[in-house]
Amino acid sequence: MISLLYEILNTIRRNKMRTFLTGFAVAWGIFMLIVLLGSGNGLKNGFASNFGDRLMNVVQIWGGRTNIPYAGFQSGRRIALDEKDLQFTSAEFDKYVNLIAGNINFGTKTLSYGTEYLSSNLQGVSPNRIIIDGLKITQGNGRFINDLDIREKRKVIVISQRAKDILFNSETAIGKNVNFDGIIYTVVGVYYIEDRQDAVGSYIPLSTSQTIYNRGIKISNFAFTLNENIYDKATNDEFMNSYRKRIAQVHQVSPEDDNAIWYGNRFESYLQMANISKFINIAVWIIGIFTLLSGIVGVSNIMLITVRERTREFGIRKSIGASPFSILKLVIVESIFITTIFGYIGLVCGVGITEFASQFFEPSSAGRNSFNAFLNPTVDINVAVQATLLLIIAGTLAGFFPALKAVQIKTIEALNNK
Amino acid sequence: MPTIIKLENINKTYYNGSPLHVLKGIDLEIHEGEFVSIMGASGSGKSTLLNILGILDNYDTGEYYLNNVLIKNLSETRAAYFRNKLIGFVFQSFNLISFKNALENVALPLYYQKTGRKTRNKIALEYLDRLGLKEWAYHMPNELSGGQKQRVAIARALISKPQIILADEPTGALDSKTSVEVLDLLKKVNETGMTMIIVTHESGIANQTNKIIRLKDGIIESIDDNSEHNFSSFGFQNIK
Ligand SMILES: Nc1ncnc2c1ncn2[C@@H]1O[C@H](COP(=O)(O)OP(=O)(O)OP(=O)(O)O)[C@@H](O)[C@H]1O
Ligand SMILES: [Mg+2]
Repeated sequence: MISLLYEILNTIRRNKMRTFLTGFAVAWGIFMLIVLLGSGNGLKNGFASNFGDRLMNVVQIWGGRTNIPYAGFQSGRRIALDEKDLQFTSAEFDKYVNLIAGNINFGTKTLSYGTEYLSSNLQGVSPNRIIIDGLKITQGNGRFINDLDIREKRKVIVISQRAKDILFNSETAIGKNVNFDGIIYTVVGVYYIEDRQDAVGSYIPLSTSQTIYNRGIKISNFAFTLNENIYDKATNDEFMNSYRKRIAQVHQVSPEDDNAIWYGNRFESYLQMANISKFINIAVWIIGIFTLLSGIVGVSNIMLITVRERTREFGIRKSIGASPFSILKLVIVESIFITTIFGYIGLVCGVGITEFASQFFEPSSAGRNSFNAFLNPTVDINVAVQATLLLIIAGTLAGFFPALKAVQIKTIEALNNK
Repeated sequence: MPTIIKLENINKTYYNGSPLHVLKGIDLEIHEGEFVSIMGASGSGKSTLLNILGILDNYDTGEYYLNNVLIKNLSETRAAYFRNKLIGFVFQSFNLISFKNALENVALPLYYQKTGRKTRNKIALEYLDRLGLKEWAYHMPNELSGGQKQRVAIARALISKPQIILADEPTGALDSKTSVEVLDLLKKVNETGMTMIIVTHESGIANQTNKIIRLKDGIIESIDDNSEHNFSSFGFQNIK
């Protein structure tokens, strides 16, 4: 085997042009494929990032004002949501609803610590809000509101990374007391949202907020997540229709009244995004397959020409005692050798350039309305390796069949081959 | 001397286009250590015969015994084995591998005998030295003259210590002076006991050999002893 490798290295060294052409076809095929898949992923990730880590399947409900007189009520009546809405939703729609969380919004007021301050929105929330809003709390940054906070109506607060930076600079925030609109809270956690580094909203326990601000069981809005029983537009529409009817009935408003109760259903935009992603996926795979095919054709062609060119050499080798198998082995191992090395080079270059490019497409931090068209254009390394292996196999087969043919040529004919 | 090559009624037809019956019943016996030339007009089947002897080509009917082994319908692998062990070739067009230097070309038969790289390069260098080509060992074939190329080819044929050397017009591409040198070389090789069969057009070359086989239209016209080396292009001089 060592001897064979020496023989092959010698051949490669003395036939640099041929080696380079074969290798280039392989490296280029892999490189293009990875850049392409990377670009596709970049587009997809860009779209996905605009939805952030917030759950895709969240429905939000706000109270509004009636537009249509109904059940003896005048129009213009304010609809206030309360915890009973949570109860009937989770009780009657448990087939579709996973998490449900009420929420009181106190608007934007001053949050301060010592001499530092900023304007922050304050919400009273339940513990599962962290999931619904897609908040992240890293190790060492405390925790989110928990059940104990709710039960004991603790005066604790979770602030954003940005608020922490402004108020505390590099000091630790956990355990410190901050002032929100004249009321003192203890910081228990610092959260961040992946693509919204500028978020400044703060969270306190729902029960605490109801007590402090004397809200009783009233809530500003609530949100719930839908489970896998809602999986397309039809199931989503059907669910929303029956849910609207039911909540209209509970609050005694006309089912036709669009202004009485407001809905936000991210599932619809999620579906749109999923469709776009699916489309990008299909497009990328089609182009990718063609790229790979053209790579395979390129490598095959070069192997075909190479083997044909070497027919006479094979004849000479056979005349001095090379068995057909040994020649086949020579061609195949050389082909594997070249395609593997250059495939690896293409792989490294492709992955390198996608990683390099992804530096330029950092998630934008321009705020809630920012839009990422392109983000993290990298490739799953498994896919890249699989594509490389495929090309290596293709290159080998591309060498194998012409070599098999060349080997079957009678020695004397191979020798007379010009 | 024991028989090394025995042909019985060998027939060979080429079937490209209209069939061409090239060898029409060849009977021949060659003994170990003989120095034989094959002559004949162009197209008489000399190369065809030599290729069959070298198991580079097959024949249709008849029997060919090499070292008392019937050479018929061998697999390519078997044929390669026999070529490697028993036969050395010298071709008119040298048939050196262009991207290998002289040393590597000479050493190649030993590669197929699974000799280690160091050993085979050492042996190859010895052979090149013996043929006066030591300084040219690391030159590529295109840097060598015709005579040098043919000497490299001879070194390659000799390195596996074959029993037979088959040479198809080994001086065909060389000038007269180089031809003489190459032939002297082959003669010396023969003197070490190796059987030598040379296809040639040149009577001067043939006259150096000990036995002359004349082919005509696919049959052996004559086999003449030439141990006296008194053959001229016009036939044997009648000294008697
Ligand atoms: N592979 C082949 N296919 C078809 N015909 C062939 C083939 N090889 C040789 N021939 C024909 O067979 C005949 C004998 O060829 P061969 O090469 O044996 O002649 P030769 O005696 O060596 O001639 P020369 O002195 O010109 O080399 C020629 O007519 C030639 O054209
Ligand atoms: Mg000939």
